[in-house]
Order: sequence, then C-alpha cells, then structure tokens
Amino acid sequence: MVMSTEQEHPQKAFGWAARDSSGVLSPFNFSRRETGEKDVTFKVLYCGICHTDLHMVKNDWGLSTYPLVPGHEIVGEVTEVGSNVQKYKVGDMVGVGGMVGACRSCDSCTDNLENYCPKLILTYGAKYSDETTTYGGYSDIMVVDEHFIVRIPNNLPLDVAAPLLCAGITTYSPLRYFGLDKPGMHVGVVGLGGLGHVAVKFAKAMGVKVTVISTSPNKKDEALNHLGADSFLVSRDQDQMQAAIGTMDGIIDTVSAQHPLLPLIGLLKSHGKLVMVGLPEKALELPVFPLLAGRKMVAGSGGGGMKETQEMIDFAAQHNITADIEVIPIDYLNTAMERLVKADVRYRFVIDIGNTLKASPSRTDIESDMHS
Amino acid sequence: MAKSPEEEHPHKVFGWAATDSSGSLSPFHFSRRENADDDVTIKVLYCGVCHSDLHSVKNDWGITNYPIVPGHEIVGVVTKTGKNVTKFKEGDRVGVGVIVGSCNTCDSCQQDLENYCPKVIFTYNSHYHDKTKTYGGYSDMIVVDHHYVLRFPDNLPSDSGAPLLCAGITVYSPMKYYGMTEPGKHLGVAGLGGLGHIAVKIGKAFGLKVTVISTSPAKEDEAINRLGADSFLVSTDPAQLKAAMGTMDYIIDTVSAVHALAPLIGLLKLNGKLVTLGLPNKPLELPIFPLVLGRKLVGGSDFGGIKETQEMLDFCAKHNITSEIELIKMDYINTAMERLAKADVRYRFVIDVGNSLTR
Repeated sequence: MVMSTEQEHPQKAFGWAARDSSGVLSPFNFSRRETGEKDVTFKVLYCGICHTDLHMVKNDWGLSTYPLVPGHEIVGEVTEVGSNVQKYKVGDMVGVGGMVGACRSCDSCTDNLENYCPKLILTYGAKYSDETTTYGGYSDIMVVDEHFIVRIPNNLPLDVAAPLLCAGITTYSPLRYFGLDKPGMHVGVVGLGGLGHVAVKFAKAMGVKVTVISTSPNKKDEALNHLGADSFLVSRDQDQMQAAIGTMDGIIDTVSAQHPLLPLIGLLKSHGKLVMVGLPEKALELPVFPLLAGRKMVAGSGGGGMKETQEMIDFAAQHNITADIEVIPIDYLNTAMERLVKADVRYRFVIDIGNTLKASPSRTDIESDMHS
Repeated sequence: MAKSPEEEHPHKVFGWAATDSSGSLSPFHFSRRENADDDVTIKVLYCGVCHSDLHSVKNDWGITNYPIVPGHEIVGVVTKTGKNVTKFKEGDRVGVGVIVGSCNTCDSCQQDLENYCPKVIFTYNSHYHDKTKTYGGYSDMIVVDHHYVLRFPDNLPSDSGAPLLCAGITVYSPMKYYGMTEPGKHLGVAGLGGLGHIAVKIGKAFGLKVTVISTSPAKEDEAINRLGADSFLVSTDPAQLKAAMGTMDYIIDTVSAVHALAPLIGLLKLNGKLVTLGLPNKPLELPIFPLVLGRKLVGGSDFGGIKETQEMLDFCAKHNITSEIELIKMDYINTAMERLAKADVRYRFVIDVGNSLTR
C-alpha cells in the first residue's frame, strides 16, 4: 500500500503545494525523512520565489509531478545534525539552493560541478535516492545531506541572502567561468529582474563596468542610482544600441522570453562572449556572420556546484551584496505568483516562512481526512 | 574620369574574373601597382578554389563589386622585393592568403589578429590603401605588402599546400583559440569538404580522437581509410546520433548550408564547444536549454592572423599535412565551380596557374 505523503517519513512537515497545472498553491501536510547520519535538519526561516518555481507549478516545461512544493532559495537555522556531520551544528544559519543530491562519483561531481551531474537530484519535484519525492522550501523544515548545505555568514541577513542561493550562483558562476570578472572589463546585463539585479551587483564588486540592457526605460533610475550600474541601454532604441556597438567584453543575458540575439551580438567587442542564463523555451535565431567576423561566442550556464555556491555566498558577505526583496507572508503566495508573471516585483519575493507559515489545526484535520 | 582596370596601375596582369552574378568567369586584363618599398611581387604558380570564391562570384552575400578576380589560397615565387623587405628574396616560395592589408594600429592588429581588424583589406573584392580594388590569385602575378606574405616551408608542396592558406588556417585558428587541442579528447568534424578534411588531419596531429559527422554514408571509407578519422557518424541516422550523444569534447562545424545545430549540440559533453565556420545566408536556430544545462558554447572564427597562419604552415609541414586536391587548368574553372556547388570534389580544386593561365 502506497504511503500517504504525511506518513511516508517520520518527521511531520507542513508547506504549501501546487496540486495541478493551474499553479494555485495551498496548504499541504507531508513528512520528511529522519535526520540521517550525514543529514542536517533545519527550521526554514525564509524562502525566495524563483521564476523557476512559477514555471514548475504551472508545468510549463512538462516536468512537473503533483503535489509540488517549490522553493530552492532556502535559509534557516539548524535544529539537528546527524552523527557523521562535520561542518554544521545546532544553531548555525544555513542555506540550500537548487539541488539536494548527486552521484558524487562522476567527473562533474569530482570537479565540484554537482549541478551538471547526470544523476542530479533537484530540491523539489524530483526523486531522492530512497525513491520518495523531494519537496522544496515553501515549508517549515528541511532535511538535507550536509554536502548540499552552505553556511550563511553572520553579516548577511537571512531574508536578503535567500535569493543568492539560486539567482546569486546563477549569475556569479558564469562571470567567473567565462572570465568576465576582470577589473576594467565592460559587461552588459540583459534584463533587470531577480537574476539581472544580482548580476549587476556581483559584476560591480568584481571591478567591472556594467551596462544594463532593458526594454523598460523606467528601470533606468534604479539601475544607475540604486544598483550602481554605470550605464543603461534601452534595447528598443536603435540609436542607443547603435552607439554601443562593439563596446562589451561580455553580456549576461537573463531573459527567458523569446528575444533577438543579433543586437546583443553586435554590442560585443571582437572575441566577446554572450552568456545565456535564462531559459527561452524555443530556439532563438543565431546570426552566423557576426559570430565569425568578430570571433564571438554564445554560451550557456546553469547554476553552480556546492563549492562555488559557498564561495559566492562568502564573496557576497565580504562585499555586502544582497538581493533587493519584497518580503511576503505565506498567504500572499498566489498573488505574488500572479505579480511575478507580470514581472511586477523589485526584484525577488521572499516568503517569511518563520513568522507566517504555521500549520493551523483545522487545516491539518482536513488534510488527514483527505489522505486516509 | 576613372581609369580602367588595365590602366590604373603600371604592371599589366592577366587573370580570370566574374563580371556579374551569374558567376561565370572569363579572361580579364587588368594591372597591379608598382612594387613599393614594403612590397613583394609574386609570380603565381597555384591557387586553391575556396567555397568563398564561389559565394563571391555569385554575390551570395550581397557584397560583391564586379568585376571580381577571386582566389585567396595563392602559392608562387618571389620575383621582386622592395628595399624594406628582409624576410624574402627573389626565388623564395611564398604564399598569400585571405588578407593583404589592415590598419596596423588597432588592438586586433597589435595582437597579431589582423583578420579581425575593422579595416581589414581582403585579397580580393576590397579596396587597398590607395583606394584601388584588390584582385585575387586567379591571375599571373600579385604584389603584396611583405607583412602579409607567408614563407612556404621547404617540404610543403606548392599545389597541395595552397589550400592551407585559407582552409588550413580557418580550422587551425579556432582549434587553438577554443582549446581544442588536448590529446585524447574527442573532436567531431561536421562536413567533409575543403575545410572538414583538413580539420580531420589537423585533429589527428593534435592527438585527438576524430569522428566525421556527415550526411553522406558514401564518405565513410575515405574518412577512415584515407584521412585517418577514427569513426564516422551519419547525421541523418537518428540511432547513430542518439548513441553518440554527449561523447564529444569539441565539434568543428564546416557546413555552410543552413542546417540544424540542435543535434550537434547534443553530441557535445558538458562544457563542450562547437565552432561554426560556414557562412549560411540565413540565421541558424539555436536551442538555449542544452547550452544552459550543459554549459556548452557555440562560437565563430574567421581564418586567422598572419603570425598564426605562418605557425599553421610550419605545423602542417612538420606533420606532413597537405590538402587532398584535384589539380585543374584555368579554363576548367567554370566547370569546377559548378561541381563545387554540388560538393563534387575530393576535397579542393587547385588551379595550375603557372602552367595553364595563358593569355
């Protein structure tokens, strides 16, 4: 007999889940595994809302299984550690990002690139090594293998640190890997949302000159005066784009909607690199002539490994880099998702789990009835 | 009044030119400049027929300025040198490739990347510093600034070495730049034509395992037994493609027709690199998911600078790498162009200019 989600594990857990591709989330009782010898259990305090969470609750990519508890920008306080855990103790402030398991033996894993492991286990919507479904951070507790936990340094407030666990590593990793982190370089950031605003901050901290490229002229003031970008280009303005041709060493493109690559390739200097970190569903048009004539490249980058994620968090702490957030109570979640569809947020929603996610007795009773 | 091509310079020259976008070539009388202090005058012996020559005579890219004398895989003998020229003397065997001039001051020029200079002057269909048109190697002689002349190594034959001046550098340069040279790694070569067959040979010389990726099963025997490839993949066979997914560290894509990138990207391992060298006349479709999920890249490259071209010639001489050619007479050129359009050549036509270009 298949166990209900509440019964399959010994530790009770409560969260919000989407039940179907309408994407509407609601209270959900489930359970988490016992704290194994290498596990860290922590009380979730905050969880960022990543655009991926929205794609997944709506099954935009056809990968979702329901019920789905999203959330992979999770921070909290350790409440229990397994007997073989070396790095963490009760009371530590920790975080978890997009993954909770990997094979640990393939080339990617041994190179500290667990995010590229073919047997990667995602924080939610995946199958763990014990065959049970993984549930993410829109919940009150997490039980995670020590290897996939990062420490949050004392000087990083938890709420503004949470989005770094996905948005942060997703933009930090390609700046390093593609060498777009050298002082004096000029890097463009396309799209000023969850990823884009963090990319600007990291690049500036690395000593790079930053130009924000956006379709929205009204983001200019924020970009320059609040985020510290050096300049701002409205991508629909032909004159502005023309004037900036051949000026950028690299571009971090965070846009997931379909959009033209030709003007972006034109902004690159010779030998420049356009790095895609967004996920447009359909193929984009690649104009080949300018790629050849300037020896330019288009590359992709998908998150980062655990070692680099900790390095990114420590870098952020050192340079006071945090996300710009709107803290919301859990019951605002569905409204937040609707606003996220319209990009109506500056620049990440973060759920105040610690203070607002509580299992109410009446709901628990209803859930029990449904599942028994 | 503008001077005619025959009159604008002091030295009479004979070659073959296309005069309109039919692309048909015919005898053409023109002239070349006096050999200046920095110049070298070269009697042309051989000239390779590059697919770019075909694109240019037919004005496929919309930039052709007729009449056009193509040819940028030129090998010949020095007949005269200007007083500033020390590297070459009369009688030396030399080569001229894709470019004959650049600005010499920009960042690209300063880094020996003259091929990326915004003011680069191509061997044909450009305008020189004196504003006159440049004419290429389908001609009996050429006058070139010594900086853009390559020394042809002794053991490199002139006829089968000529195609290295474009095809050779076009594959060698990106293989170096994108780091596709680690022995034991796996290189895919898509398209087995002028560029592709040389990429196989250079790949093997770098110690790579090489798989040819082609739509023509008939090319397998040659690929493996004559060119030295380790394996052959028919890209229109879904089962073969599937079996090879995620197995290649690098791919050199030489296909110039519009074609699908998605299957090639699928062949790459994590961090894999695909370099595209062909020039289709429409954009290609680029799927983003596999790039992001595998941290893969698609890059371009455009022949190479002069220093690197010399390095490539020396490398090929050392490893006995030459092109597989079909030697033709000048008056066969139009037939050769028709056959080239159908990829009916193994794997480069080379015009025996010295022996067959007669007025």
